[in-house]
Amino acid sequence: MIRLEKRPQPSRAFSLATPVLAVLATMFFGGLLFAALGKDPFIAIKTIFWDPLFGEFAFFYRPQLLIKGAPLVLIAIGLSLGFKAGIWNIGAEGQYIMGALFGAGMGLAFYPAEGFYIFPLMVLAGAFGGWIWAMIPALLKVRFGTNEILVSLMLVYVAEQFLASMSLGLLKNPEGFGFPGSRNLQQYAPAHNADLIAGTGMHWGVVAAMIAVIFAYVLLTKHRLGFAIRVTGEAPRAARFSGVNPTRLVLFCLGTSGLLAGLAGMFEISGPAGQVTIDFNVGYGFTAIIVAFLGRLHPIGILLAGLLMALTYIGGDIAQSKLGLPAAAIQVFQGMLLFFLLALDVLTNYRLRMGRTEVA
Amino acid sequence: MDLSAINPILFVAGFLVAATPLIFAALGELVVEKSGTLNLGVEGMMITGAICGFATAVETGSPLLGFAAAAVGGALLSLLFAFLTQIALANQVASGLALTLFGLGLSALLGQSYVGIKPPRLPDINFGPLADIPVIGPILFTHDIILYLGVALVAGVWATLKFTRAGLILRAVGESHDAAHALGYKVVRIRTLAIMFGGACAGLGGAYISLIRVPQWTEGMTAGVGWIALALVVFASWKPWRLLLGAYLFGGITQLQLNLQGAGVAIPVEYLAMSPYLITIIVLVILSRDKSAAPACLGRTFHASS
Repeated sequence: MIRLEKRPQPSRAFSLATPVLAVLATMFFGGLLFAALGKDPFIAIKTIFWDPLFGEFAFFYRPQLLIKGAPLVLIAIGLSLGFKAGIWNIGAEGQYIMGALFGAGMGLAFYPAEGFYIFPLMVLAGAFGGWIWAMIPALLKVRFGTNEILVSLMLVYVAEQFLASMSLGLLKNPEGFGFPGSRNLQQYAPAHNADLIAGTGMHWGVVAAMIAVIFAYVLLTKHRLGFAIRVTGEAPRAARFSGVNPTRLVLFCLGTSGLLAGLAGMFEISGPAGQVTIDFNVGYGFTAIIVAFLGRLHPIGILLAGLLMALTYIGGDIAQSKLGLPAAAIQVFQGMLLFFLLALDVLTNYRLRMGRTEVA
Repeated sequence: MDLSAINPILFVAGFLVAATPLIFAALGELVVEKSGTLNLGVEGMMITGAICGFATAVETGSPLLGFAAAAVGGALLSLLFAFLTQIALANQVASGLALTLFGLGLSALLGQSYVGIKPPRLPDINFGPLADIPVIGPILFTHDIILYLGVALVAGVWATLKFTRAGLILRAVGESHDAAHALGYKVVRIRTLAIMFGGACAGLGGAYISLIRVPQWTEGMTAGVGWIALALVVFASWKPWRLLLGAYLFGGITQLQLNLQGAGVAIPVEYLAMSPYLITIIVLVILSRDKSAAPACLGRTFHASS
């Protein structure tokens, strides 16, 4: 009989090992899934994890790693602050959409003016859009005690409808021959979030993600607020005695995660996506939840997890075109990863003991 | 705009149908939460049930077999959640989210070859002369058996929780798992059974959407109904009859919003489509002041040694 015994201290070794074990377990069971779909599992796994980095066309895919990784890391960093403190913002997808709409709206309002100030204003507008959308659940939580999980999630559906309304109405390209979707920001230089070094995928969103990682690291290790976040997550009662203000913490954690998600949306719409369309969002806000957990809610971990998750997106695209692997299979694959991570995490906090339980 | 285009009798009959997926999913979650577990994976289990039911109904030609398969599919998926939270002692919020993300992917994968097919129709129960009663007849007596099963299930859960020993044990586990454990009840086993019941109910609710309400299969077709069901449990303060009332209220709003879209009201379609979600938020705000009704151990991990 195997039983669990609580460790006095969470194991550091297992805390670092579980993400790696989870990835290996996902590769194994993902391989079984691909085999069940009639694909060669070894080729499928190689296509997803190896080809984008070292394959024949790697020069084309490597920049994609930054383009897909940046929004994931940016959003996940914000989410991790709240998750650490037990504040669950799961509506990042909605904040991402609102950031994109505010940012694109600001840029399109200036069309066709020229000016260096347009892009910075769009960045501010995008951050504001995400922040204000996250402040709805935050304020309702501190004022009325409303559950932030449900409110932030409901607002994703509201944001999606708002996006549909905008791309068919207010922001629609007046010269678009009646097709839905806005003007393409890639063709409007002052509002275009272009590669800083052409062909590398290194756009302003990547810079912002790097700054967010450093900022979060310093906040969590050196700052009083970071201490408040960690204490609240690990021992809410102790946090109250040590003078942590829960209201301010909720406003800060939800506000910051919304702001970062809004920025991610703004950088995406002004760069890689280019255009406000009904379905420009591809679920980064939800995948970022997996990234945050896979990265152990630690800034450096999230950076690595974001890159890995970006790899599965790119590899998934390649596997889709080369092997005919369905897009949904990659979604299942990503979901599996979170499962294995949560299941294996038990080893961090508990020890497995063999043998019979003694009768007291 | 022509409001007279909305037939009040068809409208009421329609919102009974719109409310049924919510009744199933929310009722299952109510039992799960009464046992002290918070399963945020309702949306994932619903969509999995929707495709399991749809695929089985199409392959076998029997909608009832489809519903059975949906319940099994939902329960199987919920076992994953039970394993994570009861055996591996993982965080319930994170595990529920994982279940939803996984369920959405899995259903899309399973449903690839079923897009654009019409499922076999579940016939309405023949009530004979009852259906000919003016007004009441077409509203109450022109539905399929699953809709009535939903209402019966509400009564069943209410009676079980209130009057039976099993219901008492379930509530005891949810209020204080340590005390229940000390009395010798198998907390993990009871919660696992509750989670499976919740999964089966969510699966049935999902299949009701794909087989009767819509009826066809599209990716992500549950569109947040699972999350609204979670809000509904809070709305009902964990009471089955209030849950039924709440489900009819939300069903009514959904149906009204669809009818208004059809009638060509001056409000754009997108803003009408937002309304069920916005109303859910408003209701949550109004009702979240009173938390005393929630089971005391809701969301807390149980480990016998601690």
